[in-house]
Amino acid sequence: MSGTLTDQPMIDFRKEIFADERDDNLNEIGKPTRRQDITGHVTGRSPFYDDHLFEGLLHIRCVRSPHHAARVRRIDLSAAERMPGVVRILTGKDVPRNLNTLLSLLDFGIDDEPVLSTDRVRYRGEPVAAVIATSEARARDAVAKVLVEWEPLPHVLDVEEAIKPGAPVVLDIYPSNKFIYHGKYDHQKLRYGDVEAAFRQADHIVEGRYQMSPIEQAPIETCGAIATPEQNGRYACYSATQALFFSLAVSSKVLEMPSSRLHFIGGTVGGGFGGKVDSIHEPLAILGAMLTGRPCKCMWDREEEMQVGAPRGAERWYIKDGVMRDGRIIARSFTGYFDSGAYTRLSSYAIIKGVGHLPGPYTIPNVSANVYCVYTNRTPATAMRGFGITGVDFAIEAHMDKVADTVGLNPIELRILNAYRDGDMKAHRRLAKNCALIECCQVVAEKAGVKLSPAMLAASSRKGGGGDRARLPTNTATDQDGLVRGFQGGSYGRKGAKPASLPGLSQTIQSAAPMPAQTPPPATAPQQPPPRVGSMRFSSLSGFRRR
Amino acid sequence: MALHRGRGFAAINYPIGMNLGGDPSQALIHSNPDGKFTVALSAIDLGQGMKSVTRQIAAETLGVPVTDVYVDTADSDTGPHDMGSFASRGTHRMGNAVIMAAKEARAVMLEAAAEELEVDAADLVTDGRGNIHVRGAPGRSITTMAAAQAAQFKQGRTIAGRGIFLIPLSDVDPDTGEMTPVSTFAHAAMLVEVEVDDETGEVTITDMKSAYEVGRALNPRLVEQQLRGGAWMGMSHAAWETTEPYYPARDHGPVDFNTYLMPGPGDLAPHHISVLERPAEDGPYGGKGPGEMCANPVLPAVVNAVYDAIGVRVDELPVTPEKVLRGLRAQGGAKPRRRL
Repeated sequence: MSGTLTDQPMIDFRKEIFADERDDNLNEIGKPTRRQDITGHVTGRSPFYDDHLFEGLLHIRCVRSPHHAARVRRIDLSAAERMPGVVRILTGKDVPRNLNTLLSLLDFGIDDEPVLSTDRVRYRGEPVAAVIATSEARARDAVAKVLVEWEPLPHVLDVEEAIKPGAPVVLDIYPSNKFIYHGKYDHQKLRYGDVEAAFRQADHIVEGRYQMSPIEQAPIETCGAIATPEQNGRYACYSATQALFFSLAVSSKVLEMPSSRLHFIGGTVGGGFGGKVDSIHEPLAILGAMLTGRPCKCMWDREEEMQVGAPRGAERWYIKDGVMRDGRIIARSFTGYFDSGAYTRLSSYAIIKGVGHLPGPYTIPNVSANVYCVYTNRTPATAMRGFGITGVDFAIEAHMDKVADTVGLNPIELRILNAYRDGDMKAHRRLAKNCALIECCQVVAEKAGVKLSPAMLAASSRKGGGGDRARLPTNTATDQDGLVRGFQGGSYGRKGAKPASLPGLSQTIQSAAPMPAQTPPPATAPQQPPPRVGSMRFSSLSGFRRR
Repeated sequence: MALHRGRGFAAINYPIGMNLGGDPSQALIHSNPDGKFTVALSAIDLGQGMKSVTRQIAAETLGVPVTDVYVDTADSDTGPHDMGSFASRGTHRMGNAVIMAAKEARAVMLEAAAEELEVDAADLVTDGRGNIHVRGAPGRSITTMAAAQAAQFKQGRTIAGRGIFLIPLSDVDPDTGEMTPVSTFAHAAMLVEVEVDDETGEVTITDMKSAYEVGRALNPRLVEQQLRGGAWMGMSHAAWETTEPYYPARDHGPVDFNTYLMPGPGDLAPHHISVLERPAEDGPYGGKGPGEMCANPVLPAVVNAVYDAIGVRVDELPVTPEKVLRGLRAQGGAKPRRRL
């Protein structure tokens, strides 16, 4: 390790802090017990999904778009099908229900993403066909022989360019390139108090713009799955998924197969970090096993993992603070743009999570946020460690440093001064409890030799909160900005709301338009809503969004 | 050419579990006739130690040694439903489901023991070493193995338990954002020291001092593993990693670990960790999820330290030498702040 090793311990447990809230007299809890699986891991004997061996295993590799956006005029498989070792080539028409959105399992969002695209691609790397061959090398050779006639289309890569009028539309169902929240607004709002009024009273206004970069989850084990026919019409699927039943339910839905016919096996995974939730490989592997009758493996190589696999999405945040001379922050407003890429995946959810997290771990009496889930022609974003939080915490804490600079306060003292405490009202209108930010700040200051004032040293998460700080604002400024028409529901947070449907003609009120069956039809094409397929939705199981 | 040292600070909190709830986890526990327990789950062990932490929670609640418990996960034919290992939900959600299942199994185990000892089950306690005895009278005891054998072969009882944990799905107000996001938060503060080379623009992270509040360190080694690895990941996010170095342009995208930059062993900063434990009222033995949040304070602490060292704000991650040099050029050289 570089740097200077000090005589400070590398780890200590500060048991004296909050000791009165704990019973430390337990048998197994709190013991440094060795992991049950560690010997297998360090000797290379733990079985991961790709360690399961099958006779006659086939390999699946995808044909991918070289364009950010294009129309698919024609796919010619004839040369590829004649290549040695090719057993079958899948296209979108082989997928029973070739349209899904991950959070449809929670009745959240409109189906928007095909397993294999048929008519149009929306990001570089989007799959349009899948070759099944007797070896990975033969599958790669055949992929190179698939001829696709592309008609490149205009594309957009920047979130703020994408929401300008006239920008290329990524997904027809979201004509302004913005996800629709609660069937009502083109962004998620947070309104608490009146930030504009408070800005006028503030001694200082501090503004900043922050850009979080896209990041790869980079697990050592790349994403993948192996499916094999079992007896009695069932299929076993060995998977690297981070969410076994989630992947099972996605497969059940897009393959229109009862979940009782699927047997998922996993649980030992070579790193996930959020990148193994999307359930991309399981449906393709199972479909391959269904159509060939043989075990099939679908697995990304490292390049696909890094460029086709969904990264942590980029986020752009604008923050504006109203600050008093003594360092108290009296107002904070956010405008945020999540780069969802070409499809929704989980970004819409992350935004609500991020909005519930604002304004960070501080008690600020006036808070406002407008956060947009924006579609661009890039690899769809998905979950990664700290999903919905890491990017905005970077923005908030870089901004806090600017506030400290502006008022000339020690950065640690600024945090303690504004920290939330037990009993404080938070901007999402629930009381804070079980807080510990102040104590963390104090411990780090002590370790780093940063002198704090007596008042800051005496501060406690358990004292000084509540009272006036527990009150809701007397006035909250609300607005109808970003109101949209023609959408219904679309948020899992609304009990009893109707399921999401396609918008009618954009921006005009229409009766409920049909849900797309295969690919999004033109807005005027009349079509019956398809019956519910696949497994029960989790939300239905829990009784919340029964249709 | 000069090296400039700086210190930067950041503090964060982190919500535990899926936002708004609606993310159940189930657990099933049963004993074999030797009094050894199997916990059946569909949770995923990604290396974070899911199997180990649930094993300790089961042993603690059952009142048996951890060596008598085995965790089997994840097979959809035998493990009950679980939402998955993400959103720092594993320990919190699954831990609670395991406690519920273990309590039910423990109650049957104590009833079986009570029948053998001819006492009231309410008077029995476990010693955590494989024995069940009458409270205050350790002499009147039976082993958990003997109790399990009696249950299976004499009494015809199943020592088994079912557990589920669910925070019901809650609403979001479209106009105000009013919501109940989660039930518990973890906390952290971090001070990072950097050295910035004003000739090359290189940033070296030389030291990290942190405090992490995790509710309860259910297994202190696993907690340390998470915090140490996670903070290094945060370092990497701050100064190395991205799939799109010139975002929003897609050029120069890395395709392997030669071009996808991450710190090597020589780049990793020493990290002095302090762990605080303020139990969450609905956490398993107070535990929260340390997994995700440990990376978060490092990113802003690094950019704040770079500012402290040279007076340049890098508000676009990652902090690359190119951005540092462009910032230095724009302000006409390093302007150290040294505020911390």
